[in-house]
Amino acid sequence: MDWVKGTFGTSIGKKQLMAVTGLGFIGFLTGHLLGNLTIYLGPESFNSYAEHLHALGPLVNMAEVGLLLFATVHISTGLLLFYQNYKARPVKYVGKKWAGGRTIFSATMPYTGVLILVFLIIHLKTFHFVDHDNQTISQIASNVFSSVGYVVFYTLSMVVVAFHVKHGFWSAFQTFGANHVKYMPAIFVLSAICAVVAGIGFGFLPVVSRLVL
Amino acid sequence: MTKKINLTLKVWRQKGAAHKGALETYSAQQISTDMSFLEMLDLVNEDLTLSGKEPIAFDHDCREGICGMCGAMVNGRAHGPEKGTTLCQLHMRHFSDGDTIMIEPWRAMAFKVVKDLVVDRSAFDKIIAAGGYVSVNTGGAPDANNIPVYAEDAELAMDAAQCIGCGACVASCPNASAMLFTSAKVSQLALLPQGKVEADKRVLSMLRCMDELGFGNCSNERECEAECPKEINITNIARMNRGFLKAALFSRHK
Ligand code: SF4
Ligand code: FES
Repeated sequence: MDWVKGTFGTSIGKKQLMAVTGLGFIGFLTGHLLGNLTIYLGPESFNSYAEHLHALGPLVNMAEVGLLLFATVHISTGLLLFYQNYKARPVKYVGKKWAGGRTIFSATMPYTGVLILVFLIIHLKTFHFVDHDNQTISQIASNVFSSVGYVVFYTLSMVVVAFHVKHGFWSAFQTFGANHVKYMPAIFVLSAICAVVAGIGFGFLPVVSRLVL
Repeated sequence: MTKKINLTLKVWRQKGAAHKGALETYSAQQISTDMSFLEMLDLVNEDLTLSGKEPIAFDHDCREGICGMCGAMVNGRAHGPEKGTTLCQLHMRHFSDGDTIMIEPWRAMAFKVVKDLVVDRSAFDKIIAAGGYVSVNTGGAPDANNIPVYAEDAELAMDAAQCIGCGACVASCPNASAMLFTSAKVSQLALLPQGKVEADKRVLSMLRCMDELGFGNCSNERECEAECPKEINITNIARMNRGFLKAALFSRHK
């Protein structure tokens, strides 16, 4: 088992874990967003989407366990990397300027990551761990989004998600070693598209919910 | 046109690894804009020596951008603000009269300050010793061009081989990671048929050695690529990432 530690315990190994789980989340976000777009069609469509999803039963549970596992790996590895990288430069520069490689998206990865975790906990508490027997998902959403404060928090959180995706997406490909003259420019563009789609797609849901549900 | 300029320097002075360092202010008078940055420091050091003070310690050797000895953070930038140049190739014409210049050593856990601007980069030697070579049996010299090498691969290998081991990539990386250096040293060999033979073992041992030395983890910030005086590309890091995956998951080597 030594080779397992010698693989996933190395700096590149940890990066691979971040990349695989990160791309997994982008896959999840895509599905989540597509489902949630039914909100635009009104409460019936949204409710029926939720019912169909839950009718999948064990498949949903399996996906939930998978997501939990991915989250555990992504968060713990991310925190470990943050700590190790902090320690790798014990004496900080008095004056350091960035040369144009670093972007606001890459520089804020650990912080946007923690903010997303905070959002996730609140999001699960308000949507997942609530009474699903006596109220429909539309009712839950319209209740939650009736608070202006929550709408603002939700929308800002989606901007944070977009930031995280912008660096995370292309970064995952670089980590897999898929930096290729033919495809890298496209991956960069796709990174930006994914970020904007996630930001706008999820970001407008509270407002739309208030109008439609 | 040659001009003379006057500058204020804020230089990191530190007696040794165990001592605390601090920025000291010096004035550099009548500096010709034709001078290199190191010549400017030489002049300041002459004045310091004449006035009985300890001169500023800094590393240098070739003074033409090929040895990799020089290097310091100049106004927060590795080797100064110019692209694709080492500190010895930075000329004073890029500064203006009255400028204040801050000079700090490379900072990383794996690069301890020896004195003032001199840091210990022997960690790089350890990474090379871990696998940055090809094993060659002694005997008669093999024929040149015996093994065909595709010209473009040779070019890429030469691009990677341009790395002079200066350490600017580590110094400028927000995580103090040595991935650009290590990946260049892995790539210059892995791209060629002679180097492919030991590629799997090499990438595993060089990476593990790099990790043990206390360098940070690469998070694709790309500051290294922007600051490297030899403009080593991060496609080398990608090559090392996939080389590592292949070696770790599919080769015999543990
Ligand atoms: S990769 Fe560039 S910055 Fe890093 S040691 Fe080599 S030459 Fe210096
Ligand atoms: S002194 Fe040799 S590279 Fe600058």
